[in-house]
Amino acid sequence: MKKYLSFFRMRLTAGLQYRAAALAGMSTQFVWGAMEILLYRAFWLEHPERFPMGMEALAAYIWLQQAFLTLFALWNWDFEVLESVKTGSVAYELLRPAGLYSMWMARALAGRLARAALRMVPVLLVSSLIPAPWGLRLQGSPAVFGLFLLSMVLMVLVVCAYSLLIYALTFYVTDPNGLMVLSVAAADLLGGAIVPLPFLPDGLRQAAALSPFGSMQNVPLRIFNGDIPLPEIPAVMGLQIFWILALVTAGYFLTRNGLRRAVILGG
Amino acid sequence: MIEMRGIGKTYRVRRREAGLGNAVRSLFSREYTEIPALRDMTFTIPDGQILGYIGPNGAGKSTTIKILSGILRPDCGTCTVNGLTPWTDRKRHVARLGVVFGQRSQLWWDVPVMESYLLLRDIYRVPEPEFRGNLDRLASLLDLGELLKTPARMLSLGQRMRCEIAAALLHSPQVLFLDEPTIGLDAVSKLQVRQFILEQNRLCGTTVLLTTHDMQDIDALCSRVLLIGKGQLLLDGSTEQIRQNAGENLSTEESVADLYRRFGI
Repeated sequence: MKKYLSFFRMRLTAGLQYRAAALAGMSTQFVWGAMEILLYRAFWLEHPERFPMGMEALAAYIWLQQAFLTLFALWNWDFEVLESVKTGSVAYELLRPAGLYSMWMARALAGRLARAALRMVPVLLVSSLIPAPWGLRLQGSPAVFGLFLLSMVLMVLVVCAYSLLIYALTFYVTDPNGLMVLSVAAADLLGGAIVPLPFLPDGLRQAAALSPFGSMQNVPLRIFNGDIPLPEIPAVMGLQIFWILALVTAGYFLTRNGLRRAVILGG
Repeated sequence: MIEMRGIGKTYRVRRREAGLGNAVRSLFSREYTEIPALRDMTFTIPDGQILGYIGPNGAGKSTTIKILSGILRPDCGTCTVNGLTPWTDRKRHVARLGVVFGQRSQLWWDVPVMESYLLLRDIYRVPEPEFRGNLDRLASLLDLGELLKTPARMLSLGQRMRCEIAAALLHSPQVLFLDEPTIGLDAVSKLQVRQFILEQNRLCGTTVLLTTHDMQDIDALCSRVLLIGKGQLLLDGSTEQIRQNAGENLSTEESVADLYRRFGI
């Protein structure tokens, strides 16, 4: 546990050094969020009855998405880890008295949390000052808010476990870029990053919700804005837990096996 | 005590001729060449010894270090370091081991050195008093002072190497592997590093296995030298014996070069 906290502290202090990056990231998120809202506003003013969710719920979805972008985004890879697997220098991680998978998990969690911690506050603050229905408002009961927090935790684990699976697959291919590009594209579409899942056509929508990507930002954001009704929440969170277990198991064994191969090849 | 008995390791390397035709052919059938890196390597290092491990490039030095560190699994033979087999008891083994690779860094690039040390403290679960004690001792012996507050990327090579060596010793390992620790260092830094290795060995009884191409390192530090070539142990003795072996009145450097020639490695 202390190891994990230590990684977090390291990432946070390292992250604090990149002031320009944080500033640039934050302003991008404001502009992006505002543009999305303007875009949806145009559609909404035209046909509000065709919207699968209210404008205020949609605005909450978009602003939370921007605030926690670095937690959600699958493209937030740890390139040091990828590079170390590609070059084989990952073998040197074996010099530490810890398992490789758990060290990667600690790094991944710490990296995402630290980045988000640096960026979320201004976005949350400013967006909550924007007048309704365009700003961020607390939706639903305190119980729903509690469930939202819980599913955020599960979501981060799903995203990290998925990233680690890709790192592990890097052991088996010469270059993981194809896998990464494909995953990011799939996650953008099926995970509700480009448009929230309720806006997708029938069939695709249900398939997306069942995929591992559907257990990412889709779940906490729609719990928060009330789009997933209370009785359905246990099922979607159960699915999140299922994906965590499945992805961690697959990633763990692929890492162990892959490491053995790398070690045989000579690091 | 470090014991290696009959260790052998062969690498499989994929080879093909250049050209499109051969590239396409290799999609279907691949040719492998077996390259023996170590053959029947046998030696024992008693506790508290500083041992020089020398040989030309490609002789198998790094392979040996990797096997002893638990990174690499040999094809045959047995090996124990203080009673543990490196590749099967890896976690317990590396917890008592310090390694410095002169060509690699274990410090985090962007943050002050001290941050890396704190992370290492937590990874190795070093108790706070022990950590403080080690840190104070290492900082004064290696003259770290202000360096601890500096990001690793802003250190000169000599400064970084001193920080790397301290990083490998924070958890009070009984065994220290140094893979070319003085590579690229200036005269002052080299002397500082050598002085420190001697001190560490004298004060803490740390067993040191040193690979280097710098024979002055060997002269200054090692009571015993292993010479290997083409994966085999060729000579085991003191620097005195190596010089005698070469005959005439040669320096260690010249004697070793002479031996390389004579063994045809």
